[in-house]
Amino acid sequence: MAHFEKATSVHDWLNQRLAIEKFEKVMMSEYWIPKNINFLWAMGMVLAMTFAILLVSGIFLLMYYQPNVDLAFDSVNYTIMQEVGFGWLWRHVHAVAASVVFLIIYIHMFTGIYYGSYKKGREMIWISGMLLFVAFSAEAFSGYMLPWGQMSYWAGMVITNLFSLGSLELNGIVEWIRGDYVPAQAFLTRFFMLHVLLIPVAILALIAVHFYALRFPHVNNLDGEFFDYEEQAELYKSGNTRASKVIRFANDFLSKDMFVMSIFLIFFFYLVFWQYAFAMDPVNFDPADGLKTPAHIYPEWYFLWSYEILRPFSKDIGLMAFGFAQVIFFLLPFLDRSDNVAPASRRGIFKIWFWVMLVDMIVLTAMGKLPPEGMFSTIGLVAALVFIGLWVILPFITKIEKKL
Amino acid sequence: MGKAFGAVAGVGAIASLVAMKRTWDPLPSVKAAGFTMVDLTAAEPNVLAVEKWRGKPVFILKKTPEMVAAQNEEQTARDIIVGDDHFLVCIGLCTHLGCIPAYRPDKHDFKCACHGGEFDASGIDTLLPPPSPMEIPPFKVDGTTLVLGEAGPEYEKMKSSGITV
Repeated sequence: MAHFEKATSVHDWLNQRLAIEKFEKVMMSEYWIPKNINFLWAMGMVLAMTFAILLVSGIFLLMYYQPNVDLAFDSVNYTIMQEVGFGWLWRHVHAVAASVVFLIIYIHMFTGIYYGSYKKGREMIWISGMLLFVAFSAEAFSGYMLPWGQMSYWAGMVITNLFSLGSLELNGIVEWIRGDYVPAQAFLTRFFMLHVLLIPVAILALIAVHFYALRFPHVNNLDGEFFDYEEQAELYKSGNTRASKVIRFANDFLSKDMFVMSIFLIFFFYLVFWQYAFAMDPVNFDPADGLKTPAHIYPEWYFLWSYEILRPFSKDIGLMAFGFAQVIFFLLPFLDRSDNVAPASRRGIFKIWFWVMLVDMIVLTAMGKLPPEGMFSTIGLVAALVFIGLWVILPFITKIEKKL
Repeated sequence: MGKAFGAVAGVGAIASLVAMKRTWDPLPSVKAAGFTMVDLTAAEPNVLAVEKWRGKPVFILKKTPEMVAAQNEEQTARDIIVGDDHFLVCIGLCTHLGCIPAYRPDKHDFKCACHGGEFDASGIDTLLPPPSPMEIPPFKVDGTTLVLGEAGPEYEKMKSSGITV
């Protein structure tokens, strides 16, 4: 057993038992962050905070929500919205945060793609991040079921039907997922469990992995420059903070993070109080009805791009294209054959690839929202083909990329 | 030692997975509620009736003699014939992704609002994206009563000839 002495203070008492000084160094004051970065590097902490907001608002909703097909709709739209003091606030915070978290995830992802922060040792950061994206998508979908409105029901119907895998007609799997022939009580309760327990736990674990994966390759910077962190940290600690290329995570970098978070929160609460309607589909204010399909079914905005990849094709090809879109981002570190870690602007053809990809996903998102008719169908089809084509050519254009 | 531990743990893991899989299966009460009786004498020609079976809508359409006369063999093969009357009986879900198509009595066809698919009055897909005709549920004709959920000889015949899955 280690040697313990009579503590001189609470801090000392804790330090002897939990090594809090060492812990503080590892996690904060001697966790080194490069100086050469911009506000886009704050998105990770913005995401962590948005997740915390979702967790807290979710806890309060959970105290009145009833996971029962007969009671769910009223427990949300009457009890929480009208009876519970500030219940409407938790709901609007939860709904807006669930939508905005995807906006930040996409910004975070495209920042990573632009600066090449997914390769040369940073593959696991990218892969754990993509797993987080999948977990957040599952969390969003399961949460969308809970108010048990028309959009909940029909989104549940359409998405679970995807698991019959088209012409394979694996209806047994679909019925197993639902616990019934259609989405009903068993379906609602199990998705409730997934939403409030299993997926949040998975997300917490994945966040830990994601942060841990950052420790070894370290944070990328605006120039994709590789330098010796130990050396730069020593320089900083010796007092030559100006010449050092790194700063402390806390409180130095964190203060910058908090500035960006503050700006974000102003935007966020503006949405919560004045523009919350975008996160609450009007169709979902009709209770679920298995005998009446809403005239136009579409997912929330953050799933529209992959939905649009599913839509313009026949069933089986659509499913394959959809499956492709779901997994292909995972492979980015391996499909990019270039050794360069640099902003896209310095990478020749990759620069064009990046911007075409970004614009294409915005076009897919816009077309996914519009009814599948005439012109829009054609644009959607072209955009879906461009998406697939971009991934096919990626290994070739990066292979011939000039070494920087 | 390691192998023995691994074997025991493996058996335990498989047993747990089996239990978890079974827990998510539809409950016996859900399965038992899977029968619906329909009185066919109440049907009006060219008026779509929608019955609920296993939580899904089932379309029942009594065809007019003109509609029957205009049909080809493939279409007639899907009809349920009771006396002189021809009926379309099918699960009213688009085979694309499960939306409910709407019946258009003037055109004698179905149009799905979700992704624009179309079906004729026999439930056969005529416009993409649906890949196949609307499914015919297991049925049995008992006089003028239709029992949904029980497979009668007419249904078995349709199934064996590949008219429905």
